[in-house]
Amino acid sequence: MHDARQLVGCEKEVGLRPRSHIAAMAAAVLLSGGMSACSDGRQEPVRIVGSSTIFPFAAKTAETYAERTGVVVVVEQTGSGGGHKLFCSGHASIDATTSSRPQKPSEAALCARNGVAPVIEIRLGNDGIVLARAVGAVPMDIDPLTLYSALARELPTSGLDCTPTPNPYERWSEIDPTLPTDMITVYGPPPTSGTRDAFVETAMEAGARAFPCLAAMEKDTPNIFRSRAHDLREDGRWIDAGENDNALIRTLANAPTTLGVFGFSFLDQNTDKVRGIAMGGVLPSQETIRNKSYPVVRDLFLYLRGGSALWADRGAADYVLEFTSEEASGPGGYLEEIGLIPLSDAERAEMRQRVERAKANAGPRP
Amino acid sequence: MSATETYSDTPIKAAITTAAMEARMRKRRAAERRFRVYGQAAVAFSIAALAWLLISIVSTGASAFTQHWVTLDLTVTAQTNASPNDRRRLADALADVFGEVSDEASRRELLQVISASVATADLRAAQNLSEPLQLIVPASDLTDQYLKGHIDPNLPEDQRKITNRQIEWIAALDAEGRVHRRFNRGLFANPDSRDPERAGLASAIFGSIMIVLIASALALPVGIGAAIYLDSFAPQTGWGGRLTRMLEVNINNLAAVPSIVFGLLGLAVFINFFGLPRSIPLVGGLVLALRMFPTIVIASRASLLAVPVSLTDSALSLGASRMQAVFNHRVPLAAPGMMTGSIIGMAQALGETAPLLMIGMVAFVTTVPSSPMDPATALPVQIFLWSGSAEAAWAERASAAIISLLVVLMFINGIAIILRERLQRRRKL
Repeated sequence: MHDARQLVGCEKEVGLRPRSHIAAMAAAVLLSGGMSACSDGRQEPVRIVGSSTIFPFAAKTAETYAERTGVVVVVEQTGSGGGHKLFCSGHASIDATTSSRPQKPSEAALCARNGVAPVIEIRLGNDGIVLARAVGAVPMDIDPLTLYSALARELPTSGLDCTPTPNPYERWSEIDPTLPTDMITVYGPPPTSGTRDAFVETAMEAGARAFPCLAAMEKDTPNIFRSRAHDLREDGRWIDAGENDNALIRTLANAPTTLGVFGFSFLDQNTDKVRGIAMGGVLPSQETIRNKSYPVVRDLFLYLRGGSALWADRGAADYVLEFTSEEASGPGGYLEEIGLIPLSDAERAEMRQRVERAKANAGPRP
Repeated sequence: MSATETYSDTPIKAAITTAAMEARMRKRRAAERRFRVYGQAAVAFSIAALAWLLISIVSTGASAFTQHWVTLDLTVTAQTNASPNDRRRLADALADVFGEVSDEASRRELLQVISASVATADLRAAQNLSEPLQLIVPASDLTDQYLKGHIDPNLPEDQRKITNRQIEWIAALDAEGRVHRRFNRGLFANPDSRDPERAGLASAIFGSIMIVLIASALALPVGIGAAIYLDSFAPQTGWGGRLTRMLEVNINNLAAVPSIVFGLLGLAVFINFFGLPRSIPLVGGLVLALRMFPTIVIASRASLLAVPVSLTDSALSLGASRMQAVFNHRVPLAAPGMMTGSIIGMAQALGETAPLLMIGMVAFVTTVPSSPMDPATALPVQIFLWSGSAEAAWAERASAAIISLLVVLMFINGIAIILRERLQRRRKL
């Protein structure tokens, strides 16, 4: 950590004299890209890109890690897809990307083509995708089949005849008489979001499988099954909300008959405004998501660039170690407090080992 | 209307008016009155919209400029010292103050009362743990929101974030005089943090200043130079003239290009081609210089065109060179307008978010940049990041950041107006 000390010293010296900021700036402008005196010998910061769902966790860890060691970690919010693209482009300064879904084969191929190898996959924790309504609204209990019937663009004509018919349902009570008579209106993440991918891949696919003919289709023509399961209604019953979940929560609070889809951490932080909806009789909570009795769960990932790019003393591996430490993502850790759901004890130990091994295999500083 | 009455009494009126003319007059005056009403309505509407915006921002954001602090006297015993980690140690030390706290859930509840991250850091830094330790730490965002009255304690416990026990603890601290409300210096002195109670704008403010300075240093000379050349030196006739006109059309088009395109350009050129790092003010400044350039050219060009040609012509006829005529007579008269254009360009650059998205400035940065090569964010980006975060306290912080951005903008505009006034006065003397 000798770099860290150097960096902190530099920071302090400059921080006390704001005028030197201007001087450094002027110098850099004149040299057009020249380094200021302070930047010489300073190590590049650790750079993390990726998922906006994981951003709060990655940022919190970055802050704690920087406080402890003085190594600067820059966490960028690019979305899962954007993160993989940047990470695999081989841009030397990006050390890791976070992702709310596993890396796709096409992305792995891109990484390999650009010499980003080996890529070390770390699971950070679990996350539930929840459906929620305003606090005062009538509680609901739905299962994946109901959800699929309410939201799929085209439904099978019957359980055995999979000819697509446009979704006829207008109210929840038409699908299941025990549900409220409210109009079906669900706000959820746009197609660019990792949360949307996870939602259609878990909840919607599970609902589709409840139709025997669609289940058979999954075996014969998986591509058609996927589009049948993933295509959501476009007649205004499903509404793509933006990436800003705060706005979504305000919308739900103002319109108690509507539902929203988002990550568990947002539900956890807003229990005063919205309530989770039970899925198959199970309410989303830390417990039910950890033991996977709540049906719509996903893993949160971090992909670290290993091998010669991961210098042992650069701090990237140590940052990920901090991320996987008990104090961060273990039970009672500071990440659990802001909504990350810990992996099991054995899984956490395995992830830590994986990082340690990557660190041991890391190349020397070039 | 009084004017009409005066006229109606004069005898001349009877002599020269006809009924048809009277009717036309009435129509014309009515048209004018209607236009006045439309104008007043438009002004009233824009004032109301602005007032509504400002009031909503200020009413949410004003409370973020103060913050509650808690003074705690802790004794760290050997037993607590043996705790497995810093948070646990803090929780145990706090339990001595607040009474019996044994299970994990209540420990979590307890740590939510004060800023746990600041307190753990202080505890770690404390040298001699055998002596009583006085900690002065910010209240947690939850406590702070509660004490500022943003959480209604009369709601049922499960409909608010704060628990009954936490309210009791806070009341006890308050009764002992351990809670103080102070000016929130950290909001300007601290870099960003994931804890609302210690998040600040320092990184964003310095980042924004660097970006705007770099962008202005590049775009102002080039933009104003280009405008003067196009106005007074570029060929106006023949093939050269056509080329000049085409250039002008293209510059106008450039001003209408969505700003995200400049971000994409910056990504491709500065980061991917030249290999500059992401999220640094230098790249931000370069990209926004491109964004400012057409605005400056267009505004400068318009103010140059407003100067009467006769002025240059008379200078030329008295034997001045073209250079002298332009720089001694034409440019000084156009200078106030050019200045206004430049300021609009700078203000635009200061408020720009979209191009910064592409070059990696939507980032969490916990250091204050000391050179344009250090990672930094910018004010509008910081507002975007804060307003998207989950905890309720961020809404207040984001509004406070908006207020700060508005103040900086007003400051820049103020300087511009003063400079312009002085320039104009000097010309008149």
